[in-house]
Amino acid sequence: MPRDSTKHTFLVATILCLVCSLVVSGAAVGLRQKQQANKELDKKTNILSVAGLYREGDSVDEQWEKVTPRLIDLATGEPVDPQMIDPESYDQRKAASDPSMSVEIPAEHPLPGIKRRGKYAEVYEIYDGGRLDQVVLPIYGKGLWSTLWGFISLDSDFNTIRGLTFYEHGETPGLGGEVDNPDWKQQWKSKIAYDDSGDVQIEVVKGAAPQGSDSQVDGLSGATITARGVSALVQYWLGEDGFGPYLDRQRSNGGQDGQ
Amino acid sequence: MASKPKDVLFDPVFKNNPIALQILGICSALAVTSKMETTVVMCIAVIFVVAFSNAAVALIRHQIPSSIRIIVQMTIIASLVILVDQFLRAYLFDISKQLSVFVGLIITNCIVMGRAEGFAMKNNVKDSFLDGIGNGLGYSFILLAVGFVRELFGSGKLFGYEIAKVTTDGGWYVPNGLMLLPPSAFFLIGLLIWIIRTAYPDQVEEA
Repeated sequence: MPRDSTKHTFLVATILCLVCSLVVSGAAVGLRQKQQANKELDKKTNILSVAGLYREGDSVDEQWEKVTPRLIDLATGEPVDPQMIDPESYDQRKAASDPSMSVEIPAEHPLPGIKRRGKYAEVYEIYDGGRLDQVVLPIYGKGLWSTLWGFISLDSDFNTIRGLTFYEHGETPGLGGEVDNPDWKQQWKSKIAYDDSGDVQIEVVKGAAPQGSDSQVDGLSGATITARGVSALVQYWLGEDGFGPYLDRQRSNGGQDGQ
Repeated sequence: MASKPKDVLFDPVFKNNPIALQILGICSALAVTSKMETTVVMCIAVIFVVAFSNAAVALIRHQIPSSIRIIVQMTIIASLVILVDQFLRAYLFDISKQLSVFVGLIITNCIVMGRAEGFAMKNNVKDSFLDGIGNGLGYSFILLAVGFVRELFGSGKLFGYEIAKVTTDGGWYVPNGLMLLPPSAFFLIGLLIWIIRTAYPDQVEEA
């Protein structure tokens, strides 16, 4: 059969496609379990570290025992019936692009650059001896180049910030990427999220925050837009359209919910 | 073309460097070199992909119909890149997170395609494999040099270990922010090309 005949061309193309697809799907299937375990472990490590509980070297699963994940309805702040939506399979990212699982983000509580969000979110309640100690909330929003995905931890007064971390972003290393700088993250600790009237007051300022301020965090030099994005996303997620209803509900329950 | 295996392997490192002489694969050289750790993983990934795609193309070079040869090469390259990406996600999760899309972009790295079309289509499997490794090493040489300078001057670190304590952590070194931005790689690659062409004057093009 001549090399350039139509028949031979089809034959080569078919065999090549078969071989390549076998290799690719073999790798994908064979490694999937390991990849998912990695993702899960990474998420747990981040939640534990934002809560200030992570000890390197110890088994993550053991440390995880203190944490109770709970799927909540953002609009009401109520826990979602596991019969209705399986928390294991719910993915907040995927839900945002599914019309039946998401809602539009209202203009009066904007999350810049993002139009829709999932109706539900998984929160992580951390108990210490039967008492709610802190709660870790997933947050995300746009920086300069990318969406920043992270967690914020609130004390059981639902007002004092215990920590903030981003586990995934594509900001410029050294500039916007400084959101990963431990010194900068440290500043969030013990800041007060809400003012006396219950509005979100925490913000990232441009330049250095005033000495002793409990509601302002230093800006990131050379990364004004990233810093602005972080400010906006924290304000959105702590606000009325974000975890506001959930936090209100927790406050009125005195943090005893579910235990 | 039928030269000694040693030349096939080492020529691309200095004498016929894919980045410095052939000016191929610049895009990823800018993107992944702000840190040594990611640079090294990227280099290994590229060496793997060029070597095996070259070998695979050479193996079936007498069977590939010329009308679809580019598509055949692309398919082989893309499959190998997906393989690398899946592997990194399973075993080097942190680094694969940092490399993000750039692993996938090895598919569009001109070196891989250029070597498959320019060398592997005309040479036997062994030479093609060596040529792939050689070109991967040539690419790595430039990337590592650039990554070394960028991480050292941009964040005062090497492989994440502190060399000079930067001012933001309370040290004395004021990091050069430009080094962390992709354009700095242009300057560094330019300087490297200058050095290489001074050492091998025959590489200088006629004006």
